[in-house]
Amino acid sequence: MLCVRHLRKVYEASGRSVEAVHDVDFSLRQGELVCVVGPSGAGKTTILRCISGLLTPTSGEVVLDGRRVDGPPEGMAVVFQDYGRSLFPWMKVRQNVELPLREKGLRGPERRRLVDQSLEAVGLAAAANAYPWQLSGGMQQRVAIARAVAYEPEVLLMDEPFASVDAQTRAELEDLVRSLWTRLGVTIVFVTHDIDESVYLGERVIVLSASPTVVMEDVPIDLDAVRDQLTTRSEPRFGQLRTRVYELIQKAKEGGQPASPQLSTPSR
Amino acid sequence: MAGVTNAFQRLTKIFLVPAVLFVAWFASSRDSTSFFFPPLRKILEAFADTWFSDRWSADIVPSLLRLAAGFLIAVALALVIGVPLGHSKRARDYAEPALEFFRAIPPTVMIPVLLVISGVGDTSKVAVIAFGCIWPMLLNTIEGVRSVDSLLKDTCDIYRIHGLTRLRVLTLRAASPQIVTGMRTGLSIAIILMVISEMFASKDGLGFTIIQFQRTFSIPEMWSGILLLGMIGVALSLLMRVFEMVVLRWYEGARERG
Repeated sequence: MLCVRHLRKVYEASGRSVEAVHDVDFSLRQGELVCVVGPSGAGKTTILRCISGLLTPTSGEVVLDGRRVDGPPEGMAVVFQDYGRSLFPWMKVRQNVELPLREKGLRGPERRRLVDQSLEAVGLAAAANAYPWQLSGGMQQRVAIARAVAYEPEVLLMDEPFASVDAQTRAELEDLVRSLWTRLGVTIVFVTHDIDESVYLGERVIVLSASPTVVMEDVPIDLDAVRDQLTTRSEPRFGQLRTRVYELIQKAKEGGQPASPQLSTPSR
Repeated sequence: MAGVTNAFQRLTKIFLVPAVLFVAWFASSRDSTSFFFPPLRKILEAFADTWFSDRWSADIVPSLLRLAAGFLIAVALALVIGVPLGHSKRARDYAEPALEFFRAIPPTVMIPVLLVISGVGDTSKVAVIAFGCIWPMLLNTIEGVRSVDSLLKDTCDIYRIHGLTRLRVLTLRAASPQIVTGMRTGLSIAIILMVISEMFASKDGLGFTIIQFQRTFSIPEMWSGILLLGMIGVALSLLMRVFEMVVLRWYEGARERG
């Protein structure tokens, strides 16, 4: 459904060129929740921006539903890391959530229904008439999530969305993402630098190497579909998977490459 | 009780110094025999006689209309030119040296030029006002549009918000603090130019009337005109403040929160 094919991105700046992403290749089935982790500076955000069409790859392509992405495609929503800057400070919470729906051409009653529903789902029904800057960081990020959910996207991209919220809020928001995903059947790419978070949330974890980036390994997460902050995190299997991803990241930091030629990085 | 005290303190802050100045002026000029500095009592009498009459429609209204026309035309032009320039780095690179040059020309020297071109009518005065006050507004609009947060632009791209809606919900709103700052500066320049352009060549208006009083040695009347201009200035800046409070309510709140 969503294919990233031989994605390569070279940044050109004042005569110097830096290869941020070397060759990244993976794909998602419809309705999958996949986490992408990598050491810091692994080009995670670059890859996500290429998928969203905000950035043009140097070579390779992103294909969504059989169509090549060459600009933000229809039916895609993004939740950015910097929640404070991604909401319109001159609009109230309700207007922030409603704006994309207006542009989508939905009628008034339909818009109201979706806005109410999504604010309810993130637990912010009472804050609909507040301005974003009147809310705490965690609540602001919920507004950004509500805006994405109300939009009813086929694909939801999340770029380290919880990197700057406190630990308790983070746990709540992780569960929120899991429950929205189960309920809506949306395809989610969740980028994070947090190993625990990636294992807890994902059906698969794609581990990236250090820059210039390739896929180190695609780790399937065979935990129960219903996850719980306490029981899931204390399962032995969770620990094993966590260790596996941790080792891969350590190897990546030391400049390691994929152990064996995989399907995702064909030998040449 | 505390509310009453607070209101009293605020009123004191606003009116104490003006009241002291007024009393000092009134007392010190009471026995003045100087022709050029008449007693304040005489000026106030002249004020009532001069301005509470048909001069209201003959001089004050034309002045204010010219001011409004010049200022609003300048605001509109500043937005129409400034928004595209703010969007395009390349256009800015070409346009900025010329803009700096125009801004550096003291607007008053344009008065003789415009008089030659468009005569003593309203057009030349409106043009002088617009030409003079557009620069702070134009440069601030460009800067405001240039510095719109990139993440908000990305957000608009993702949710496919383009065209006029984007201009309305993103560009103009994000740039509004800078635009309003430019408008405040522009307004005070516009008032100065209104008066000066009327002093040069006109058949009505406040600047014209004050010069007439001076030339006919009606000194108390001349002073009363200066007082009136001060009051109009205060009233317009209050109006501007109200406009700011409405347009920038979100900005004040967001800034207080840090």
